[in-house]
Amino acid sequence: MAQQFEPLIIGFTCNWCSYRAADSAGSMRLKYPPNIRLIRLMCSGRIDTTFVLQAFANGADAVLISGCHPGDCHYVEQNYKAQSRFLLMRRMIAQMGIEPQRLQLLWASAAEGTIFAAEVTKMIEEIRKLGPLNWKGGQLSAVSHQRSAIAEVAV
Amino acid sequence: MQRITIDPITRLEGHGKIEIFLNDEGNVANTYFQIPELRGFERFCVGRPIEEMAVITGRICGVCPEAHHMAAAKAADAVYHVEIPRPAKLLRELLYSAFYVTDHTTHFYALGGPDFVMGPDAPVAERNILGVIHKVGMEIAGKVLQARKAGHTVIEMIGGRKVHPCTSIPGGLSKGITKEQRDEILAMGKWAIEFAQFSLKLFGDIVLGNKAYVDLILGDIYTHRTHSIGMVDDSHKVNFYDGKVSVVDPEGKRLGKYAPSEYTDWIAEHVEPWTYLKFPYLKKVGWKGFVDGKDSGVYFATPLSRLNAADGMATPLAQAEYDKFYATLGGKPVHQRLAIHWARLIELLYAAERWVELVTDPEITSDNFRTIPTAKPTEGVGIVEAPRGTLTHHYWTDERGIVTKANLIVGTTNNYAPITMSIKKAADSFIKRGVVVSEGILNRVEMAFRAYDPCFGCATHSLPGQMPLEVTVRDARGNVVEVLKQFCD
Amino acid sequence: MSKPKFAMYWAAACGGCEIAVLNTNEKILDVDANFDVVFWPVAMDAKYKDVEAMADQSILLTLFNGAIRNDENEHIAHLLRKKSQILVAFGACATQGGIPGLANLSSTPSMVDTAFTTLSTDNPDDLRPQTKYTIPEGEITIPTLYPAVKSLDQVVKVDYYMPGCPPESHQIAAVIDLVVQVLQGKAQLPPTGAVIGAGNSSVCEECTRTRNEKKIAKFTRIQDFKPDPDVCLLEQGILCCGAATRSGCGAVCPKAAVPCVGCYGATDDSPDHGARLLNAVASVIDSRDPVEVEKILDGIPDPAGMFYRFGMPGSLLRASKAAWEDKG
Repeated sequence: MAQQFEPLIIGFTCNWCSYRAADSAGSMRLKYPPNIRLIRLMCSGRIDTTFVLQAFANGADAVLISGCHPGDCHYVEQNYKAQSRFLLMRRMIAQMGIEPQRLQLLWASAAEGTIFAAEVTKMIEEIRKLGPLNWKGGQLSAVSHQRSAIAEVAV
Repeated sequence: MQRITIDPITRLEGHGKIEIFLNDEGNVANTYFQIPELRGFERFCVGRPIEEMAVITGRICGVCPEAHHMAAAKAADAVYHVEIPRPAKLLRELLYSAFYVTDHTTHFYALGGPDFVMGPDAPVAERNILGVIHKVGMEIAGKVLQARKAGHTVIEMIGGRKVHPCTSIPGGLSKGITKEQRDEILAMGKWAIEFAQFSLKLFGDIVLGNKAYVDLILGDIYTHRTHSIGMVDDSHKVNFYDGKVSVVDPEGKRLGKYAPSEYTDWIAEHVEPWTYLKFPYLKKVGWKGFVDGKDSGVYFATPLSRLNAADGMATPLAQAEYDKFYATLGGKPVHQRLAIHWARLIELLYAAERWVELVTDPEITSDNFRTIPTAKPTEGVGIVEAPRGTLTHHYWTDERGIVTKANLIVGTTNNYAPITMSIKKAADSFIKRGVVVSEGILNRVEMAFRAYDPCFGCATHSLPGQMPLEVTVRDARGNVVEVLKQFCD
Repeated sequence: MSKPKFAMYWAAACGGCEIAVLNTNEKILDVDANFDVVFWPVAMDAKYKDVEAMADQSILLTLFNGAIRNDENEHIAHLLRKKSQILVAFGACATQGGIPGLANLSSTPSMVDTAFTTLSTDNPDDLRPQTKYTIPEGEITIPTLYPAVKSLDQVVKVDYYMPGCPPESHQIAAVIDLVVQVLQGKAQLPPTGAVIGAGNSSVCEECTRTRNEKKIAKFTRIQDFKPDPDVCLLEQGILCCGAATRSGCGAVCPKAAVPCVGCYGATDDSPDHGARLLNAVASVIDSRDPVEVEKILDGIPDPAGMFYRFGMPGSLLRASKAAWEDKG
């Protein structure tokens, strides 16, 4: 019997809302598949394109960015930054050959454990249908962090 | 079959290798000049905004980025159906004239110069810029450096950077020049004219005053009777920046003149599967192979062909030299490839004169250096004369001005067929049964190539003077018959 | 006592780095005075065979510019690594892929197809270049193109990185000075892996335009309006890469009234130049409404090309799916 493809999704959640939503789903014993691995940021606005690209480069089939509802951001308006970055990232990854659906944005407050579980389950099935990404281009270890030594700048 | 490989060819911009095959008699059976690289600009420019072409295509060649910058800028103007203001045209052509001064200087003193000033048979240790300096003095090195420095200062003032200028945008330029800059540019331009005259005198003394060299130049080995092309202004005088491309046959008869948008009526590119580069030829004449003659579509595009394809030079000092040139060489058109070195110096003088002409125009410091395009972008062609040949940029865009297709025919590419023929003819002439294939022999083969301005040379130093060379001669079974080495172990 | 050996080589390059070295003018005499140039195809006639014949590590300093596009580029990279003590990735192409890296947004077959079927190409038999081709006289070869362009450190270990397209001449002059001082025992080389000849801040630090808070409601292309010459370009809605690009060039492009194109690459501790650029540009968008944001983003018609103009191969994703699948 053929093994079903199990997507690997990296979920960036925020400390004040969406991470607590995931947590509350857990305490309510609401099951959602283990295909998603959560990473907690203090705020969705902390989302750096680097994180998303690293996720894809290192084997993720999809990435979820999740934060507080617009207007409810613990840091006032940084989730709007997350939104703008997400929208621009989607366009860029499409040019790279990554289907835009592999990057998703979800607003979920701390009380919305049920919604969080349902949306994540839905996303997993969506990605399962889409198939694996299997990104061959990226190898994080090959890109060295370049420390800087300044030669005498004669300006 | 014996085989001689020269890899890589050196003292030029870009990569190439030459394969020479000898038959059983020891004469040249055939020669192949292969270009081993392809970067794909025509593909990866697709999807990019049209205004970026002037910056991206400069990276086709960092020796003549100014040429690509201008061709792309003109094409982008054409895409937007916009006429740039006169001060912008003046500034762009001024930058371009200063660029020609630096570029032709670099080639003559570091490439052409050594083969002539020192002579093709001079010891390898002396046949480079160092030998030239020893023979004619350290003062020359200083002048060469100064010429390059002056030209690049102008390029930076108008173009924003010394390498890869960035100020041409659709509709004109992003900035103009101040009166102080104008004064500085004028002083440098006047000096450049003197330097060009000095260079021509040097050529006259050292080369034209030497009968052996004159015989070499006039001789048949380095001669090919092909069509010539080059851009001319409305008076049929040589112009590097703008105009139409004039095409003349091997006898000097003008076949026509084409505007940028008409280039595909005239130029097509032949394909061979053993190289990454294509061979442009004249469509109306047709591809007949790597052969000379009126019935062969092969043409060349160099300083010499520009002089052949025009009726004269647009500035007085250069015109006098033009007349002297053709009088000395027996009339128009001239086909001796080594004469390209001389034609190059005449262009150097014209570029310097044009530099002064443009910078003294009262509109050069105008702040009307750009206009905002209003028409919808569609498609456009931009042509300039790169030092190495006619340069064509053709872009199609969508309604946002994003490139959907590109076609580029680049300077030296025009000359791929004639260079191949020149190399073969030199190899045929010098490598024969019974001749030991020495370094000097191979240098004469390279001289055939070098005349077309293989684009580059170190402006100050082509250094060690010892040309390490290894030539491996194999028999038909591939066994090594002989290995000749020099300066390498 | 013979002088230490020096080499400079270009892979998939344009020659601009060579010209930038020459534009140091009199400084080039210091190179000549202190080194024996043993291999520099653009300038002198040593061949590949001569490099092969050299003893390992016999070249003290090699400046390698150009990207790795084909197997010949990689072969020479390995050869020069073996023969050199210090190997510098010189210029944007060697440090992060450069402009040739834009080819990674599509496939190599599509690149070759495009070149051999242009409007002016006469190719009735639909030929493509063959890496091995048999002619009556024998067999001749040309290098094999890789599916994607690579930076130098993706094929060999690199000792130093010198960014820029090309590195500005005043920076090259400063590095030549440093190297000469090191040879004379008066200075020490920086730690291996360092970036040399550049700053460790962003281009904004060197830009003379005034900067205020940025709230962009519309991105505008440079040809569509005349920007204020004294105000930050990004602030005026022009897509300038300066905010996330390494300093060292002197901000020459914004000073010339055009946006920075990012040729000096990523800043310190940034594993992906384009990612940081995207962050910066997205962060200044002045809208909370996703529909409105999408409309504003239409003003960035080519995000991948803009953010990865010089750094696609050196990025985290390295190349598009089309490149790796070898089609499209």
